[in-house]
Amino acid sequence: MSALLDRPWIWAWLAAFAAFAATAAISQSQGIAGLLVAALTFSAFTVLVGLGQMFVITLGPGNIDLSIPATMTLAATLSLKFMGGAGALALPGLAVALAVGLGAGLVNYALILLLRIPPIIATLAASFVYQSLAIWSNRGLRIKPPDLLSDLMLGRTLGLPNVAYIALAACLLAWVALERARYGREVTAIGQNLRAARFAGIAVERVRCATYLLSAALAGVTGFLLACFAGGAALNMGQEYLLSSIAVVVIGGSSIGGGRSNVPGVPAGAMFLFLIVSMLNSYGLGAGVRLLLTGVIIVGIVALGTRSRTAR
Amino acid sequence: MGDGTARAPGAAPGRTPIVRLDGAGRAFGAVRALHPLDFAVRPGECVALVGHNGAGKSTLVNLVNAVFAPSEGRVVYPGPEGGDGAEGPTGARRVEARRSAGIRAVHQELSLAPNLTLLENLRIAQRDLTGRGWRKRAADRMRGAFDAIFPGHGIATRAPVGDLTLAERQMVEIAMGFAEGAEPARLVILDEPTSSLDASIAAQLVAHVRAFCAAGGSVIFISHMMAEVFAIADRIAVMKDGRITEDRPARAFTQDSLVAAMGHVATEVAATARVAPEGPDILGPGHDLSARAGEIVGLAGLAGHGQAAALSRLYLSLASDWGRGRAPRAVFVAGDRARDGIFPLWSIRRNVSAARLGGLVRRGTIDRGAEAALAQDWQARIGIRTGDLSAPILSLSGGNQQKVLFARALATEAPIVVMDDPMRGVDVGTKAQVYEIIRAEAEAGRTFVWYSTETDEIRLCDRVFVYRNGRIGTELAGDAITEEAIVANSFEMAATA
Repeated sequence: MSALLDRPWIWAWLAAFAAFAATAAISQSQGIAGLLVAALTFSAFTVLVGLGQMFVITLGPGNIDLSIPATMTLAATLSLKFMGGAGALALPGLAVALAVGLGAGLVNYALILLLRIPPIIATLAASFVYQSLAIWSNRGLRIKPPDLLSDLMLGRTLGLPNVAYIALAACLLAWVALERARYGREVTAIGQNLRAARFAGIAVERVRCATYLLSAALAGVTGFLLACFAGGAALNMGQEYLLSSIAVVVIGGSSIGGGRSNVPGVPAGAMFLFLIVSMLNSYGLGAGVRLLLTGVIIVGIVALGTRSRTAR
Repeated sequence: MGDGTARAPGAAPGRTPIVRLDGAGRAFGAVRALHPLDFAVRPGECVALVGHNGAGKSTLVNLVNAVFAPSEGRVVYPGPEGGDGAEGPTGARRVEARRSAGIRAVHQELSLAPNLTLLENLRIAQRDLTGRGWRKRAADRMRGAFDAIFPGHGIATRAPVGDLTLAERQMVEIAMGFAEGAEPARLVILDEPTSSLDASIAAQLVAHVRAFCAAGGSVIFISHMMAEVFAIADRIAVMKDGRITEDRPARAFTQDSLVAAMGHVATEVAATARVAPEGPDILGPGHDLSARAGEIVGLAGLAGHGQAAALSRLYLSLASDWGRGRAPRAVFVAGDRARDGIFPLWSIRRNVSAARLGGLVRRGTIDRGAEAALAQDWQARIGIRTGDLSAPILSLSGGNQQKVLFARALATEAPIVVMDDPMRGVDVGTKAQVYEIIRAEAEAGRTFVWYSTETDEIRLCDRVFVYRNGRIGTELAGDAITEEAIVANSFEMAATA
């Protein structure tokens, strides 16, 4: 039990369960099953972008990808336009979204490397470009996704939403990458001590480049999935993921200063974020109080989870 | 030197100690760092603490310095008036008592804030530097200390400490330890103070410590350099496995008996003549340095004359920030381990394997069995003192952390090993062991490029480049590598400039 309590993500899971119980207790109208499905569905998207953000944050102080919302929007807009509602183009459409994401990641990294701009500023500045491109190509039209894809994203398998399976698969892959693969070791080493990583022969720039590509690619694919889920791309569709992608990482027990991250905390953080908002909604509190309480609760969870640990 | 007998502990029982440990010991969880022991330092005494890495020297010093409280027993600061001897102070009062007793510490792990200037760092240690004009008062104190200890130092007081070289930072710490303050320094703890200083600066320090003790001050001196211990100390306490095994006047020891008391058989560093390898330079063009396959190349000269910069230039030109070949061309052993070497959040095992990850990958993931075997193998070969390789790297003593960095580098298959004064804080026995490994690896064809501030180590090299003012001044080879030649060539230009 004490070993379990030492896990950095345990507090996020406990908090998520508590929020679930508190919300379920008062929302008889919707029912527990409905709440669970809603929580799994909406947090799945946050998990997907949160995993990319987690790897970026692991790289160390100053590394945060603020271009995630704009990349999601641009990838969703361009891929839906490309498919034009044709189900036969579903896979090529996904490839377009992925390519847009990778392109955005490459631009982000080029700005960081070549112009030596701090990552926060570089990704924020680039995101204005991506957002403008999305506005320019969208021109106010709302193109519907192919029915095939909307059905897939809205559908369930064994009672659970399909998107949740996608998020779960992404988590498993991310866990292997972080905890078992060479890549995870290298990212974590860089986040702890950049100089030492370089002197230990780690290909620092290669790893950083791969990480920004990964984050942007995940954002692109998530934008694609979200647009299919919501019945079209909207220019503000990525907005809420700016902060939530960072919040789920920190709530999940990863260090905002880098060098120490964990995957299980990300889905817990995402569920918690969704549930805390719906709980405060069901209590019928005003918007100001809701925001205030959300902030206080997040700070509490992060404070509980932030204690020094060593990766064994 | 003064009359050593008058200061020996047995001969001066009447003098009130500055600090006294009554059965004080310290355990960290299950790990026993220091067994309960009695220890005292009286005014005018210069006590040397010697022993292996992990023998408990730093723990003892941290008790004296009130860094943490003893697990059992008491640490008492009787004070100049002789009062307050009954109960050891507790909690925050420990630190206050230590401060007003005039006890200062110069740490082995350099503890200056790199983003602050020298004067701002002094203000952290000396709380009375407040109000208008504190900078001037701080500058006066630092200048006084520098001029007394290191005349002709040339260290800028207004630059951030991070811009100083390792040797300069160490000089700053030492000067801060002796600087004038609200409470005059009565007992200065010097933990490996000369480890990154060159011979001439170290000699200045030795002379100052002697004068300080002759004037009634006390020093606790931790060093692995036997010559310095005998030059400075009038009393030597030998530590082993968390206990003080011997505590006697310095003249009761000889160099050999002291090494034996520490638990080492003095291994004469192989005097067997090495045949210097022949062959072409393997470092490639664009370097002032050159090295042949299987050669041990030394970088010497006064500290801070460009050796460290030349090393990192050399290493970074051989390594790539992009490539990820299975076998890197070069590995690096850091001397400034906190800055260049340690991954502080990781276990010992992960710190050992960090430079060899490429060779541990099986089917896309790291083979953790092979990783554990690698760490265990090197723990045995280089003697990392821990019962648990999955313990945090920071749980090791400084010297053992340094061994981990050695293991990390030597565990790779890189043909070139670049070493940045890597023996800081490493005990005599381990040094001899590492020298053996280096020789054996060089025989097998590995090339070592070795910057050292210790002449003993430079003499092990096949060829030596002596640095002056950021450039190679002289190249020495074979029998020409002597202490006199190195010192003479280090100063040549400085004298004419």
